[in-house]
Amino acid sequence: MLDLVAWLRAHPDLLLRTGGEHALLSGLSLLIAAGIGLPLGIALTRQPRLAGPVVALVNTLRTIPSLALLVIMLPLLGTGTAPSVVALVLYGLPAVLLNTMAGLGGVPSDIVDAARGQGLAPAQVLARVELPLAAPVILAGLRSAAVQIVAAATLAVFIGGGGFGELISAGMGLLDTPQLVAGALAVAAMAGAAELGFGWAERMATRRLGPTAP
Amino acid sequence: MIRLEGVGKHYPGAARPAVDGIDLLIEEGRTCALIGPSGCGKTTTLRMVNRLIEPSSGRIVVAGRDVTAADPVKLRRGIGYVIQGTGLFPHLSVAGNVATVPRLLGWDRARIAARVDAMLGLVGLDPALFRDRRPASLSGGQRQRVGVARALAADPPVLLMDEPFAAVDPLERGRLQREITEILRRLRKTVILVTHDLDEAIRMGDTVAVMRDGRLVQHDRPDQVLAAPADAFVAEFLGSDRALRRLTLLTAAAACRSGERPPEGAPEVPAEASLQVALSILLGSGAEALAVVDGGPRPVGTLSLAAIRALAAGLPDPSGAVARSPPLV
Ligand SMILES: Nc1ncnc2c1ncn2[C@@H]1O[C@H](COP(=O)(O)OP(=O)(O)O)[C@@H](O)[C@H]1O
Ligand SMILES: [Mg+2]
Repeated sequence: MLDLVAWLRAHPDLLLRTGGEHALLSGLSLLIAAGIGLPLGIALTRQPRLAGPVVALVNTLRTIPSLALLVIMLPLLGTGTAPSVVALVLYGLPAVLLNTMAGLGGVPSDIVDAARGQGLAPAQVLARVELPLAAPVILAGLRSAAVQIVAAATLAVFIGGGGFGELISAGMGLLDTPQLVAGALAVAAMAGAAELGFGWAERMATRRLGPTAP
Repeated sequence: MIRLEGVGKHYPGAARPAVDGIDLLIEEGRTCALIGPSGCGKTTTLRMVNRLIEPSSGRIVVAGRDVTAADPVKLRRGIGYVIQGTGLFPHLSVAGNVATVPRLLGWDRARIAARVDAMLGLVGLDPALFRDRRPASLSGGQRQRVGVARALAADPPVLLMDEPFAAVDPLERGRLQREITEILRRLRKTVILVTHDLDEAIRMGDTVAVMRDGRLVQHDRPDQVLAAPADAFVAEFLGSDRALRRLTLLTAAAACRSGERPPEGAPEVPAEASLQVALSILLGSGAEALAVVDGGPRPVGTLSLAAIRALAAGLPDPSGAVARSPPLV
């Protein structure tokens, strides 16, 4: 414990740099996963025929272990940040996509019918009715994607992507337990922060749907 | 005015059309109750009027305009729409729900706020108490009132209702049927009301249109449909007690011989009571005739069992008890 504190005091720069890399890697990956998963999920709920095959494909993607996904990137994209981001996007995408589709699919059809019947245009039905009602489920998808990505980003070190994984792998190689533990705790803290942040947003979105106005 | 001309709908892959060449005219300011067994095509017919379903054939004219040539989104803003589950937006307040169409039409805030309050008052909800509440905190009847307020908010000339009160408990349903009918008459809305409840059709419809297997089999005033069903199907659908039901449409005052002095000791019946009530009093008391009273010093006339019988049998009605309205298409 004291060793850990001593290590942290001795290496603030290293902690900051790997933390920055880890946050950038995870944040960028989540952003891209959301940027693909949200519109794709919306489009697929409008094209139910394509939804089946895509969901099957995405579920297959889910069964590939995160380390395997990273290693697959090596021959394709080489090493560094870019292949790490691609792998992490693929890793986080299923949760975003499937929850977007589940959330939109769970909007009661009579509410959508009433919205169309009152004269909302298709984009207005989506923006003013479907997305607000699906928001809790979509945010839950973003939450699990964020946690998964932050955790998996630890492995990016194996293909030269940097991040907290550096501390862990160096700690293991040098048998430097404080460094190893510092890296593990840092990952856990970042994942926890993502969990809390999205969990809060999810609760706010759910409350908006409750019997009393927020 | 709503006019359907040879309107049909054949869903892709279906063996036969869901709606099969319907001609129907609903005069301005009238309510047409569209009734028939489940699956006969009522909802499909209704939803073709606001183009939620595209007709496969025929023409639909609403307030003089052919809806099949209109932009569906704009068209719907001018047609009120009320459905069974209300379809209220759970994430919006009552006011936000009622304001839906005025907002789409770009009214300014003050006008919308005033309109929301006026609409809530109209449907019997105190704006101060209900404006900021969420649909989830309302009773079934209150939600349906909000649904009607939302549909009427931009003052559309035409209103479409699909089994609006089916999910409301019976006591509140009766109240809603009376109040909403009164509102729709007063505002002179042209209405299609889909229902599978015969009592609701009779209570709310100026006319009743009976459908079977996608076809319109009869369209007439409720008393006419009850008195003279077009065929055996309609007769069976209306039930063997249709003669008694028909008596609910007529008042004692309209059927009595006014000025005639009732027999000594005849039981009394209020002038505005229905003939069904009058008949019940006659049967219960064993009397041959009733004194029709209106609170004045003397009875206004005499209502005999024979007169009720004659009316129930659909005989020519000398007193003109059944209000005449223009012929129907
Ligand atoms: N979207 C649809 N696709 C295919 N068939 C439909 C669709 N909607 C309704 N139908 C069929 O059309 C017929 C009429 O349905 P509907 O208009 O809902 O009847 P009702 O409202 O009188 O119960 C039924 O046989 C129903 O199964
Ligand atoms: Mg129906």
